Amino acid sequence: MTPQRRNLLGTLFVNGLLALICFLWLIPTLGLFISSFRDRFDIQTSGWWTILPHREWLKVSEMELPADQDRNQPMTIEGVTATFEEFREGVQTPDGKRLTWVGNRRLGKIEVQELRWTTNANFTLENYANVLTGKEYTIKLADGSEKIEKGDDMSGAFLNSIAVSVPATVIPILIAAFAAYGFAWMNFPGRKALFILIIALLVVPLQIALVPILRDYVTLDLNGTFLAVWLAHTGFGLPLATYLLYNYVSQLPKDILESAFIDGASHFTIFTRLIIPLSVPALASFAIFQFLWVWNDYLVALIFIGAKPDVQVMTMRLAEIVGSRGSDWHLLTAGAFISMLLPLTVFFSLQRFFVRGLLAGSVKG
Amino acid sequence: MQSSQELRASPFEWLTATVGRVLISILIPLITFFGLWQGFLFLRDSQAPKFVIVVVAILWGVGGVALLYFVSNWLVEQLPGRMTRLIQPFLFVGPALAILIWFLALPTIRTLWISLFNSDSSQFIGLGNYLKVFTDPNMLEVFRNNLLWMVLGTTFCVVFGLAVAILADRSRFESFAKSIIFLPMAISFVGAGVIWNFIYEVKDKADAQIGLLNALWVGLGGEPQAWTALIQPWNNLFLILIVIWLQTGYAMVLFSAAIKGVPGEILEAARVDGANEWQVLFQIMIPQIMGTIITVSTTLVIFTLKIFDVVIVMTGGQFGTSVIATEFYRQYFTNRDFGIGSTIAIILLVAVIPVMVYNLKQFSEREAF
Repeated sequence: MTPQRRNLLGTLFVNGLLALICFLWLIPTLGLFISSFRDRFDIQTSGWWTILPHREWLKVSEMELPADQDRNQPMTIEGVTATFEEFREGVQTPDGKRLTWVGNRRLGKIEVQELRWTTNANFTLENYANVLTGKEYTIKLADGSEKIEKGDDMSGAFLNSIAVSVPATVIPILIAAFAAYGFAWMNFPGRKALFILIIALLVVPLQIALVPILRDYVTLDLNGTFLAVWLAHTGFGLPLATYLLYNYVSQLPKDILESAFIDGASHFTIFTRLIIPLSVPALASFAIFQFLWVWNDYLVALIFIGAKPDVQVMTMRLAEIVGSRGSDWHLLTAGAFISMLLPLTVFFSLQRFFVRGLLAGSVKG
Repeated sequence: MQSSQELRASPFEWLTATVGRVLISILIPLITFFGLWQGFLFLRDSQAPKFVIVVVAILWGVGGVALLYFVSNWLVEQLPGRMTRLIQPFLFVGPALAILIWFLALPTIRTLWISLFNSDSSQFIGLGNYLKVFTDPNMLEVFRNNLLWMVLGTTFCVVFGLAVAILADRSRFESFAKSIIFLPMAISFVGAGVIWNFIYEVKDKADAQIGLLNALWVGLGGEPQAWTALIQPWNNLFLILIVIWLQTGYAMVLFSAAIKGVPGEILEAARVDGANEWQVLFQIMIPQIMGTIITVSTTLVIFTLKIFDVVIVMTGGQFGTSVIATEFYRQYFTNRDFGIGSTIAIILLVAVIPVMVYNLKQFSEREAF
């Protein structure tokens, strides 16, 4: 093999394998995405991949058996002989058709089917309307009767998620930035010991804190308020935020701060006018993390918001549909996709900061 | 400087100025607190349209915290210079410390304390709960599951992450491929639960399978299976698969950065000396990025130790898939056994500590940011 040939093969191998892995990774999300646009009955009765052209047995005509036909013996229809059970499963005729018995033995109705190219591509936006507005809608059942069913009010949950996530992202960053500056550039007794305390708290899993905090909230009558969830997320996110921001703030060049001091600036001015603008990359990295973390969080919301329906966030709503209407795939697929919309947007538009944050150790401990 | 000016003024003027300043110093914080309190009441009780509430909540939450800092700093700066210097640092680090002590430090001690009592915290039983937890066959199954999560979840994430990082490094479609592998990291566990429930969905044998896995399985001639409830303990693997899908992106990003940091001359030198690509990979590249591999592994170990959402959404911890965090939830909130619940939380803490300490050491050795 010449070197060029080997190179070409190598490139093919690398790209082929990479494409395969990417394909496998994309399939689950793709399936959900496609399904969320399919008709509710289509979702229940055929796989989402059937929107691609495929060959399927389709009904071309129907026939009735004569009433005097003995249905307990093998019967001969269109040149094939088979028992009732076999017809139920479907029997192929010599000319490539398939005969399938529909209904019970007495009915004697037979469908003639042919293998044809087809797609199941009927797309609709109805699932999204149903899951967002919570209006009642009428559906036609297979037997022609009508049924009224309630959709889901996810738009309210979407707004709640925003009301929880934005402050629960900004507040810990603000508090952590103040603390990081204090630890990095101010002198006070016990500085080192207190900083070590914060770092040590990185090991505490939030499960430990849930119950004592819940008790405090019940005493303070805070449970089920936005403030309760913000404070909880602030508490659980602070050690990491302080640690990361300290690493960044303490590396800033010393002479900038010193010249500001000589000009008579106070700590507060230096912090708001100098440190915050200089730390934007670090703040942004952590902000994305905290935002995604809060938006996607289920446990903290579950415990501190609990059963209050008017403050429920997206993840809770979705988990509730999974629990109570787990086979309503038209609601689940659309709902799941709506809940992913904002994080995916944030993620793709700010991927650079996200990666930087990961490299700096932004992983919830 | 200020005080010398004040001394020169007449005593009466000095008095009114001081009283005025003290009054303002009291008044402004009072107005601030009153305003914030009104905001709180509005948010708690208001029946306003949702959209309005959301906007007010964001303004109140974010603005409120900023305002508190601003006002208390203003207050501190009114004090004589020496006092300001003494107090101001605590204004900066104080809120963080207070919140951390309330939300993490004290709860740890309180949980430890509760774990020494019986189920309704009425009777001290010493280490009785710990004894019970470590001898209960149900709990042993929980520990086994967590071990499965730790070993399999971590291993596969590391292996796939490394594979993708290495492949992408040699491909022209690097950033595109990395984005795709990375994408699940933005998806919530609940969302991922829905996605994978859909893949594992099982239908009657007579009906068309709408779950991808069962469709493939039936297509190959198998019987439809309920994968997550199937023969225990193998159903755990189908749950672990979800986390592998979610977290490989994390491993990949760190490995990718590490690979880019390996000096090209070393790899070139090895190739010139006649090493083939596999030798370059296993004898030079991987030893070079060993530090990152360890960091990623420890982080993933902690992550899988604390796994909760995936299990609770997929199976609710039934069918022998319960893990420490879900068992904690079940004991505490379903069984209302506060003693056992707290004990499990403490065990989780103890399990996490050594890995986390190791991880922090690794991080402090590397340059952050």
